[in-house]
Amino acid sequence: MSIMGTRVIRTEDPRLLTKGGVYVDDLRTPELDQAARLTFVRSPFAHARIKGIDASEALSAPGVVAVLTVRDMDDLGPPPPPGDEGSEAAPMPLGGAWAEPLLAVDTVRFVGEPVAVVITDGHYQGEEAADLVNVDYDPLPAVVGLGSALTDETLLFPDAATNVALTNPVPTDDTAFDACEVIVERDIVNQRVACVPMEGRATAAVYSDGKLTVWLSSQNAQISRFILAGALGMPPDQIRVIVPDVGGGFGAKVGIDRDGLIVAWAARKTGRALRWTETRSENLVGMTQGRAQLQHIKIGGNRDGRILAYRLEAIQDTGAYPRMSGFLPFMTFLMAPGVYDIPEVQAGYRVVVTNATPISAYRGAGRPEATAAIERAVDLFAAEIGMDPAEVRRRNFVAPDRFPFQTKTGAMYDTGRYEEALDKALAAAGYDELRQEQERRRAAGGVTQLGIGVSAYVEITAGDGGDETAKLIVNDDGSATVYTGSSPHGQGHATAWAMLVQDELGIPMDQVTVLHGDTDLIPIAVGTFASRSLQLGGSAVHKAAIEVKDEARHGAAEMLEAAEADVVLDTSTGVWQVRGDPDTALSWGQVAGHASGGSLVADVSFRQDRPTFPFGAHVSVVEVDTETGQVRMLRHVTVDDAGRVLNPVLTEGQRHGGIAQGAAQALLEEVLYDVDGNPQTSTLADYAAISAPDLPSFELVDSQTPTTLNPLGAKGIGEAGTIGSTPAIQNAVIDAVSHLGIRHIDMPATPQRVWMAINAAQKARAEKGSDQ
Amino acid sequence: MKVDLTVNGKEITADVEDRMLLVHFLRDVADLTATNIGCDTTSCGACTVLFDGESVKSCTVLAAQASGHEITTVEGLASNGVMHPVQRAFHEQHGLQCGFCTPGMVMAIVSLLRENPHPTEEQVRAGLEGNLCRCTGYHNIVRAALAAAEVSS
Repeated sequence: MSIMGTRVIRTEDPRLLTKGGVYVDDLRTPELDQAARLTFVRSPFAHARIKGIDASEALSAPGVVAVLTVRDMDDLGPPPPPGDEGSEAAPMPLGGAWAEPLLAVDTVRFVGEPVAVVITDGHYQGEEAADLVNVDYDPLPAVVGLGSALTDETLLFPDAATNVALTNPVPTDDTAFDACEVIVERDIVNQRVACVPMEGRATAAVYSDGKLTVWLSSQNAQISRFILAGALGMPPDQIRVIVPDVGGGFGAKVGIDRDGLIVAWAARKTGRALRWTETRSENLVGMTQGRAQLQHIKIGGNRDGRILAYRLEAIQDTGAYPRMSGFLPFMTFLMAPGVYDIPEVQAGYRVVVTNATPISAYRGAGRPEATAAIERAVDLFAAEIGMDPAEVRRRNFVAPDRFPFQTKTGAMYDTGRYEEALDKALAAAGYDELRQEQERRRAAGGVTQLGIGVSAYVEITAGDGGDETAKLIVNDDGSATVYTGSSPHGQGHATAWAMLVQDELGIPMDQVTVLHGDTDLIPIAVGTFASRSLQLGGSAVHKAAIEVKDEARHGAAEMLEAAEADVVLDTSTGVWQVRGDPDTALSWGQVAGHASGGSLVADVSFRQDRPTFPFGAHVSVVEVDTETGQVRMLRHVTVDDAGRVLNPVLTEGQRHGGIAQGAAQALLEEVLYDVDGNPQTSTLADYAAISAPDLPSFELVDSQTPTTLNPLGAKGIGEAGTIGSTPAIQNAVIDAVSHLGIRHIDMPATPQRVWMAINAAQKARAEKGSDQ
Repeated sequence: MKVDLTVNGKEITADVEDRMLLVHFLRDVADLTATNIGCDTTSCGACTVLFDGESVKSCTVLAAQASGHEITTVEGLASNGVMHPVQRAFHEQHGLQCGFCTPGMVMAIVSLLRENPHPTEEQVRAGLEGNLCRCTGYHNIVRAALAAAEVSS
């Protein structure tokens, strides 16, 4: 029986459970034995000019090896000239007038921006010495929030003459809306959130004999190597990047960021082996954050439930530097119409700089923002026409016979069964009974009201199209080694890739070693982000296994003096033989030993022509205490269809984590700044990261609609849970109090915010009552 | 100052800075790196260990305070190569992904089950409020705790 699709527990776990993983700070490799500690001196101002830096006091403190500032970066080339810019759809820094330095040059633009580094022998000495570096700042007015940025009164980049870094204008043709019976329009906030991988950023670096070795907590060693090469002016082949165990990434560890580059540079500059592991307080101001869009939606249609026109204008707060150019709102634009077949769709965006931590990819990267907007818009439209929100969705879905479906914004959805997904989720939730229970509670007028929220979503995975590499070696002892271009940080690739090898070759999983994240071993690869790994990295392993099998068949035929067509592999035992003749049995070890070099090797790259489009539906059930505004999640039911499932244990785990992070945005988490741009959520005591008591157990419904774009039939599952859960939960909270006249509450739906909405609605009703 | 701790049954004597945190002692002096540091405000629980059998966050205990006491980290939980029921339950229930919160989470659950051998789901969730995980959504961690309780009964 094939192992594909079966529940296999992870091979990674025993090590992680008994010895613990080896994350960057755990490395005890000899090269790092004498490593010094690097500590950043970070800007305490959101916006200021640097008048001078006096390191003399710090330099005389105990254990201080060096204090380095931008003046010491004389070994680096100038920043790229203007015009060498990122583009709308490429996730690259915008550059040019918007270029981001390594250490701050003469201006700081967010609290936490690196200004200098202190290198010390000991751990605690670094923190003390960093406090002694005297930076003379001349504070500038801070641009806090989009409203302030759009006035252009204070500019982050005077040479750019505006705070608007990119514009993709939204069409303003109202013809389609004019033909609608009902139009709803409003602003929606998709708030800034922190990624909070449990392991923050960490880098260690050694420069020796002209070669730089960098250990990095990253989602891709190979991309990091090219970024390092560019930033430090070194040939890539003189750089080795090693990614050990990584304690979560969620998009914020794609490549290597400015802080990691500074560590590598400092190791080269000083000749000392260096380690840097950020504190959580650094992480919450220094690591890129996510979302941060202000959206304006306009939705129009008829009272029969048909939606005829939709407009989405997004303003992307990109923080102090446009590290992703227009990529994030471009993804929002691309996915704007969601699962609906709407005749007129208009979308556009602006990318705006503010004096805040830069924004980059975070679990979903532009797609959760699109789904949140359209799913809120559909509920607003449903409320306006007085129709059940599930029914409105049914009347507007892209029909299953329309695939591949080209959307009005240019996406090509591969496969989908949107109505079926919703119906499955509703049935599993017991939607009709829930509505009856809601009616009962409303009629009884109790304090605790029930809310039922629905979302239907489609998202794009492996959105870069792209390819991934795999090298598979079968050794003469019958074992196999996989060198994967994917870069696991919790996903379970070692288990999944071993399953692929066992399934195709019959080599047992425990004989398969999976290696990743070392540019000396795997020089060319892309890595793990955009829910791309199984469909690209997994398909590459599958392709390599088939190539190895073909080569082995050739060798086995030679050894058995038989025609290749007569030689077969029994994948349940991993034995080659002439068809029907057990006496001819050859093991993988024997066949590999016969090959030149004593092993069978396939080194492949798998390319997928287009992205895939997972889809699903979520039903959220919440209770809202109408006196305190407290929300409690009671149930969360999901259908997340990501094509064919390789290992349900792993896909369920991805869905669970995604749902929780989506719930976190809907209910709790928000990065806040005061009016001067000072972060108010820079520790985990202040930032409300979601925890176990905030969540129920989740109810997952199986659904598998294979894609035809890769041999595994798989789409991505890493981000789906987040994309689906956020709007379902937000809609549920609003649904719980909709009978009070509330149509919208922005995220996060904290008790205070819900209470204020209830209070305002009661006041409005009272005033309306007294008017009459 | 001189401290004398028993860590996973082994006595360790060392001369350390007065201010050294227990978690740094475990990682840098005892060279036991499974215990991780995930925050600086005693919020995340990644550094949870057992102090004379009860869970503590080792970022909030000085090495000096632990002198003369017994500390157990996740490295000391298995016996004779056989995983502790909580470790086994994490494996079987897919209670970990990236593994960073896991040592602390396992130790917190070991302690929780000692205090309350048959908790409800709600009690498990309440008991884990001080341990953050960003990967699993807690779903399978809670299942692992309940499964371990079942096995131990």
